[in-house]
Amino acid sequence: MNEQAAVFNRTTVGFWVYLMTDCVLFASLFATFAVLRTATASGPSGHEIFELPLALTETIILLTSSYSCGFVLVGMKRGNIKQMMTGFIATFLLGIAFLSIELSEFTKLIHEGHGPQQSAFLTSFFTLVGTHGAHITVGLIWLLVMVTVLMKRGLTDKLRRQITLFGLFWHFLDLVWIFIFTVVYLIGATL
Amino acid sequence: MFGRLTLDAIPHDPITLGGFVGAMIALLVIAAAMTYFKKWGWLWREWLTSLDPKKIGVMYIAVAVIMLLRGLSDALMIRAQQAVFATSPNSPISPELFQQVFSAHGTIMIFFVAMGMIFGLVNLIVPLQIGARDVAFPLLNSISFWLFFAGMALINISLGIGEFSAAGWLAYPPLSELAYSPGTGVDYWIWSLQIAGVGSLLSGVNFLTTIFTMRRKGMTLKRIPVFVWSVIGSMMLVVAAFPILTATLGMLSLDRLFGMHFFTADAGGNPMMYVNLIWAWGHPEVYILVLPAFGIFSEIVPVFSRKKLFGYTSMVWALMAITVLSFTVWLHHFFTMGAGANVNSFFGIMTMIIAIPTGVKVFNWLFTMFRGRVRFDTPMLWFMGFVATFTIGGVTGVLLAVPGIDYVMHNSLFLVAHFHNMIIGGVLFGVFSGLTYWFPKFTGFRLHEGLGKIAFWLWIVGFMLAFVPLYILGFMGAVRRLDSYDPSLGWQGLFIVAGVGVLVICAGVFFQIVQVAYSIWKRKELVVGPDPWGGRTLEWATSTPIAPYNFATMEPVTDRDAYWAIKQAHAGHAHKIEAIRLPKNSGFGPYIAAGAFVFGFGLIWHIWWLAIVALIAIIVLIIASTLREETEYELSAEEVTRIEHKLRGVKA
Repeated sequence: MNEQAAVFNRTTVGFWVYLMTDCVLFASLFATFAVLRTATASGPSGHEIFELPLALTETIILLTSSYSCGFVLVGMKRGNIKQMMTGFIATFLLGIAFLSIELSEFTKLIHEGHGPQQSAFLTSFFTLVGTHGAHITVGLIWLLVMVTVLMKRGLTDKLRRQITLFGLFWHFLDLVWIFIFTVVYLIGATL
Repeated sequence: MFGRLTLDAIPHDPITLGGFVGAMIALLVIAAAMTYFKKWGWLWREWLTSLDPKKIGVMYIAVAVIMLLRGLSDALMIRAQQAVFATSPNSPISPELFQQVFSAHGTIMIFFVAMGMIFGLVNLIVPLQIGARDVAFPLLNSISFWLFFAGMALINISLGIGEFSAAGWLAYPPLSELAYSPGTGVDYWIWSLQIAGVGSLLSGVNFLTTIFTMRRKGMTLKRIPVFVWSVIGSMMLVVAAFPILTATLGMLSLDRLFGMHFFTADAGGNPMMYVNLIWAWGHPEVYILVLPAFGIFSEIVPVFSRKKLFGYTSMVWALMAITVLSFTVWLHHFFTMGAGANVNSFFGIMTMIIAIPTGVKVFNWLFTMFRGRVRFDTPMLWFMGFVATFTIGGVTGVLLAVPGIDYVMHNSLFLVAHFHNMIIGGVLFGVFSGLTYWFPKFTGFRLHEGLGKIAFWLWIVGFMLAFVPLYILGFMGAVRRLDSYDPSLGWQGLFIVAGVGVLVICAGVFFQIVQVAYSIWKRKELVVGPDPWGGRTLEWATSTPIAPYNFATMEPVTDRDAYWAIKQAHAGHAHKIEAIRLPKNSGFGPYIAAGAFVFGFGLIWHIWWLAIVALIAIIVLIIASTLREETEYELSAEEVTRIEHKLRGVKA
């Protein structure tokens, strides 16, 4: 194995290990949500506040962004910078759209008086979904940095590594969202 | 503008203020001396910004030693209160202060002494033992250390600005919630642990990756030294358990900062959820600390018995079994929660099962000594002390694992004695043993043997004096964290014995400091070669002092005891020396940690603008650190040859 391949190998392994730590972090939040989701105190329960069409829209948007993220990686393999840029822009816009819907849902709930301070259920809901949203935000900042580097320095070995890791990160967040959609929204709406 | 930070934040009681002012004066004297001798530039270039794991390891251990002294002085105050002042109404230590002292003692000893020592040794030894030149992510390693440092700084700042948590070392809610702890103490606790914890988490990722991907060619899984195996177990636990701590501390701080209801007593909050989460991290944490100590003994016992390790494979299996099992026992910390007989029996039985692999290890060490030519140097004495104290702790642990007994003994001094048996007798003795064993590898001279033996005997005698009375007191019904009791109970005599024990331990620590100082002073007489003990693993194959690149050439490993095999074969450098690339220094570690420190400070005191500015600064710094170019420098083959000749004493 030459030096570049070794660096690529250990960066990928390290990032996988990091993703597993993030997975445990989310697992803790999911467990907390599972315990607290019936603790509505005097506040509303899931089926009173969740809007499934909205959550489904978010799901479709995020899944599509995973596709456009894959588009970037295919472009990188082919050395097609234009395709990469298209993929990046699409991913970024979809990410922004996802975040906007999430934020509008949050603001609406808070305006109606169902903020995270109202009950333990809402506390755990806002924290779990919000932590995922914070990860998406970090991903979008990361994406912007990579686009800038791509334009300034071209497709360096280091950038190739980063884009590969970004792909892992983005798909991982997608997976976490699938669980949020199922556990929080679909099961939650039945309560 | 300054949130809740006002002049009232300066403490008024003489003990806290005295401690803080004393520490500040000491820092100022050191700073003045540094300036006078013009050493700042040297410190910054050679140490603070270094990405060399050997130097980062030394810095970890230096911080841990200083924190050991702080934690020890907390212990002295607890013992003084319980032995002398508990029966009198006029104690210099107020009940509020006493609560802060025992909370600080536990927090500091676990997070900043034990963790610091373990990560220090891991940094020093793991890259050498796997025959690598560096860790997988050198900059990340420096950032980890500095986050640990920032957490340490935050917990110590609380002495002079505000207060520390009075809610115990794990800050159980609802006591630790805003309603019952409105001050800054719990916030100091949260943020110093959160920052240091993220550092530990990143270290776990880093070392796991290092061991998985950077082992010397030929070092198959069955040839990995047992210390490295123990670090694999420990780092797997870091990676799997620390995120739970991060999440839990995050939730507690959301409760406190934004009035949320994870663990509050009202609005549906569930305090027992916190206790479950914190122990789901906390129990593996015990093994994060003790597994590397097991690894250290597995290196030392064969070397000092001049035999290979008995039962390597069973040792590795035992380590891995403990790693997995440690996640299945957390509920034994709160049997009294009332989860029901079935749940309690499951966790009780799992707890007892852990004693089996641990017993396997103890017998393996003893069988390694059997028919060996055992040398009783100081590292081996620490091992003998470990076997005695750790076995007592193990037996009392199995006793406590019986839920019925636990209902009687829980929260008593019996429990306190038990876990000190494990952490002091297990972790700390292991660390002392390892430090004595590896010291000459990094300095070129060994520690003075006689002084080390005195220190050991003071420690072990002091330990027994300090903790055996606590077992008895526990049986008599004394609970932990007690600042006063009725004299008619007849406990005072035993508390005085325990207090004398701590004084004897202090004498032991004093002799350890004298030992290091005397050895540095007389280092010319204590000089030893690169392999003073007859070592078996690769770290002894390097020159002393160790070159920045560790190994000039990378011959494949052919045996489990890699260096032993080289020595038997009388093999020299088989490979040609080539150019070596090493990471350049970087200031990002100190900078990012400074940002984290300010961020934590801002949140503790509700200075929101400061926290936001610090957060933005951290993000910008992280982005900037990924944009670095030319992060390595090259040593040419000629330079490497020259360094090798110089270090190995060959005349060119």
